[in-house]
Amino acid sequence: MNAIKSLDDLKNVREAALAKRKISENSGSTQVIVGMGTCGIAAGARETMKSVLDYIEANNIENVVVTQTGCIGLCEQEPIMQVVLSGKEKVTYGKVNPDVAKKIMKEHVGSGNLVQDHVITL
Amino acid sequence: MKELSLHILDIAENSVNAGASEVEITVLENINKDILTITIKDNGKGMDAETVKRVTDPFITSRTTRKVGLGLPFLKAAAEACQGSLSIHSQLGVGTQIEVNFQHSHIDRMPLGDLQTTFLNLLIGYPQVHWIFNYQVDEKSFTLDDQPIKEILADVALSDPSVINYLKKVISEGVNNINQDNN
Repeated sequence: MNAIKSLDDLKNVREAALAKRKISENSGSTQVIVGMGTCGIAAGARETMKSVLDYIEANNIENVVVTQTGCIGLCEQEPIMQVVLSGKEKVTYGKVNPDVAKKIMKEHVGSGNLVQDHVITL
Repeated sequence: MKELSLHILDIAENSVNAGASEVEITVLENINKDILTITIKDNGKGMDAETVKRVTDPFITSRTTRKVGLGLPFLKAAAEACQGSLSIHSQLGVGTQIEVNFQHSHIDRMPLGDLQTTFLNLLIGYPQVHWIFNYQVDEKSFTLDDQPIKEILADVALSDPSVINYLKKVISEGVNNINQDNN
């Protein structure tokens, strides 16, 4: 891909994203954090994160910020994913394979319902 | 770990934990010389000579260095099983450079794997870091410096759905153009 053309495309992407944001101004942003320490990666965390990104892309989910973090000391529960809805407590999930990640995106991030089977009590 | 790309993700994690604001990852496949080289260079807090000696040996890693973990010993063992080596150049307050070599054609060399997803995850997952990705096979090369992208996006998040779509496309096209059938 031509680098300059590609950056022009990006400007269009930005304009479109900003226009959409004005429509849904009222909803605060949700944070999704995926553990990406050696333990997490070995347990499949890269594919968990990919699944989250694919879900956001495929379902056009706005206002979700996805980030990574290192080992949080619960290696046996990896892959670990945390969800923080705007104004709510952080919820930590364990053994989050790509399918579970999609379920969490749909039910927790989408509808505010916890996926109880995978919640870890810290 | 089953892919070199997973090791790259893991070692880059060390750079982020060391407080790096800039990380450059280079994957170089030199088919004629039969060498595959991965370099990860950061401007994090660096290590003193004593720590550098320790981080590749899992058996003398003490509790104080525990956060360095098993990542580097894993990668070093993988390289040495393929006529390769792992070297660390580090300076306190300046940064760290990890270089690892493999005999490209070695039967035990892990595949490079899904480099695209490793790059995408790092770029989106650590927005505070300036990422530079280089992938070169012989004379063909692909470079992605995320600085111009972030300047244009400004306050639009990297995990916005249309931005994810854009980044995936740019990274996949870039890597796929270079990487035809040698993995």
